[in-house]
Amino acid sequence: LRVVCIYLSMKKSMKAAVLIQRWYRRYIARLEMRRRYTWNIFQSIEYAGEQDQLQLSSFFSFMLDNFTQLNGNGPDLISQLLDPLVDPWLDRETCYNQIHVPESYTGPRLSFPLSVSDTSALLSAFKEQQTLHARYALQLLYETKKLLKQMPNIIHLSTSYIKDITICGDLHGRLDDLLLIFYKNGLPSADTPYVFNGDFVDRGKKSMEVVILLFAYLLLYPDSMHLNRGNHEDHIMNLRYGFTKEVMQKYKTHGHEMLQLFQDIFSLLPVATVIDGKILIVHGGISDQTDLDFLSSIERHKVSGNKAVDLHPPPLSSLLQIVDILWSDPKTQEGCSPNTFRGGGCYFGPDVTQRLLLRHGLQLLIRSHECKQEGYELCHGGQVITIFSASNYYEEGSNRGAYVKLGRELVPRFYQYQVSRSTLRAAEGSALRALKEKLFAHRCELMAGFLQCDRNNTGSVSVSEWAQVLESVLRLDLPWRTLRPHLTRLAPDGSVDYPSCFEDMGPGNPLPQVAPNLAETLFRYRTDIEIIFNIIDKDHSGLISAEEFRHTWRLFSAHLGVDINDRAIDDLARSIDFNKDGSIDFTEFLEAFRVVHKLDSKDQHLSGKMDGEKC
Amino acid sequence: MCTRRSERLSTRSTTRPTAPWTSGELVRRQAAQEIGTIIYSLGCFPSQKDLHDFIAKVEEDHTGYIHLDKFLPAMTKVLQEHKFPPISEDLLLQAFEALDKEKKDYLDPEELTKYMTQEGEPFTQEEMEEMLTALADHRNQIHYKDVVSQMTIKPDK
Repeated sequence: LRVVCIYLSMKKSMKAAVLIQRWYRRYIARLEMRRRYTWNIFQSIEYAGEQDQLQLSSFFSFMLDNFTQLNGNGPDLISQLLDPLVDPWLDRETCYNQIHVPESYTGPRLSFPLSVSDTSALLSAFKEQQTLHARYALQLLYETKKLLKQMPNIIHLSTSYIKDITICGDLHGRLDDLLLIFYKNGLPSADTPYVFNGDFVDRGKKSMEVVILLFAYLLLYPDSMHLNRGNHEDHIMNLRYGFTKEVMQKYKTHGHEMLQLFQDIFSLLPVATVIDGKILIVHGGISDQTDLDFLSSIERHKVSGNKAVDLHPPPLSSLLQIVDILWSDPKTQEGCSPNTFRGGGCYFGPDVTQRLLLRHGLQLLIRSHECKQEGYELCHGGQVITIFSASNYYEEGSNRGAYVKLGRELVPRFYQYQVSRSTLRAAEGSALRALKEKLFAHRCELMAGFLQCDRNNTGSVSVSEWAQVLESVLRLDLPWRTLRPHLTRLAPDGSVDYPSCFEDMGPGNPLPQVAPNLAETLFRYRTDIEIIFNIIDKDHSGLISAEEFRHTWRLFSAHLGVDINDRAIDDLARSIDFNKDGSIDFTEFLEAFRVVHKLDSKDQHLSGKMDGEKC
Repeated sequence: MCTRRSERLSTRSTTRPTAPWTSGELVRRQAAQEIGTIIYSLGCFPSQKDLHDFIAKVEEDHTGYIHLDKFLPAMTKVLQEHKFPPISEDLLLQAFEALDKEKKDYLDPEELTKYMTQEGEPFTQEEMEEMLTALADHRNQIHYKDVVSQMTIKPDK
């Protein structure tokens, strides 16, 4: 009997164990699913945003073609908007040594040429949240520009005298990640060479600090520190994605001069690096047109990488070479197709990679440009490495950052890190909030689509119809059915109660009286409109004239094909508080069109922060 | 007999992400885990053996690929027949209690490890470490009653 008891007990344990294992594996799988769709949401919205960027550029060219006289001030408006493009090669007037640095300033006082004590001082200062005084920042930028003018388009490095080269990807203003890399891997020096593969600025809040450090080390060790240009090293991208704002906030008096210098410097950054004639490093990727010899020959500072804005456009072939290098993404299928998701560059297949590598005797392509959950990813049979160095890029806990080291054997070794970990819940919440804002911003179109399927106006459609409408309007290619429980309610019969999609969101401050479709347009294009206002507002005072407001708005809506009559725009202009002599405080105006999530009314400041700084 | 849990499922294809149900693409079978993730997310609780049997039925003749055309009808059948029903909270509690021989109301990591890695469809070391990290409290004890109620997933509304 005892034996039987033991046997039964063992059998019971085994059954219990199996049950627990099944349950636990399922739990992990569910977590994985949530992680994946959170990722999908962030990525889709990001790429869709970059596509909007192209819209903005084409708006500028539209304006060039269609400018009208504005009380005799027509040309001023347009030339204002394009921020007269001085040839970046030319030296700008300098007067930084006339800037007075007060005794009370306790930050670094750089002396040129820079020494290790200067870079150490910068590191300590930034760790203590100090800002470098404009006088030194400006001199740093001037020196950097001088240095970059001497560099070729493609830098050739060799590992013969050094042990290892470290290659880092996108940093996007994440100072913590840069400091972590320096901590784990060592500061840049003659023995510790680095290549930083573009996208140093935008999105993160410390772009200024990141780029100052990178430039300082570049000046200190020009043979060991190498910077490639990324698609965010571009003044139009900076307007949209936060760098311009950050500079103006940190340097109110001299910010404008700095931004002009940054514009020059970014266009003078080399576009590619080659190691030992075997490894090609570019920010985005390649296309089937990429030709390294041709790339070496063009005048890179004349190519802004943003098609519409050059007053004297470079030859199309040069432009395309650069755009492809900065914007392309690899794909698994063969061939080369336009990168419609991003609005620039190509999707390049393994055959394109193979051909290019063969043609130039290369064995590996290292690129960045895409956020990867593990910080890095291999594709095209190991011939392409994506390296991304901004951890927690989308949200706390979203991804690791990584860097890659190459020794003399040129075998890549990867190092990963994550600045802080957090629960999936925070990232997921953030992704879902961003997604709901997208829904809200397209409410009219979505409702029209739903009503088409719901002729009898019952307030519900099938899950399939719901998913179809969402995809056709938003085009984000997301797993809508999986996301459904987070976005909308079901009616008792299992169909989707679609009005509930928009339930828990609304506008911020009380809206000025506007027609609904005008309001929706403002929600949707808020960022673009903000950019345009910022450009018009030359002295960054936050104010533009009522006439400028009307004129720009009319042009913008004509370009978008949105049918808004003059009367509605005039009403709008009039309803906004005029601060002084006919000026409009557009920041205040746009605040009203920031989407607020009603359920987090106590977190209103949080969603504001998310929108403005995580664009 | 059991599948070695492969490395983290973070390798994604470099093409645009596609929704699992709306594309006709081949679903790459990087590991049984991929299909497992999908099936689990649909509310099913198959054992490893169940998963293997299912995959064997839908796999394209040892190519390692599974075509959606075969997967969809097989999966639909599974759902309609409630083939891998969920585990209720009560049953799960009973299972933990069965392992808690001393009736302490909690399990030590060593106890849980012994059962999870030696009995049934054993965990890999990685799975075990992950489970302990997730379930053990600051006293390094697994208080299963708290854990179960926290981690039981409510059915979709």
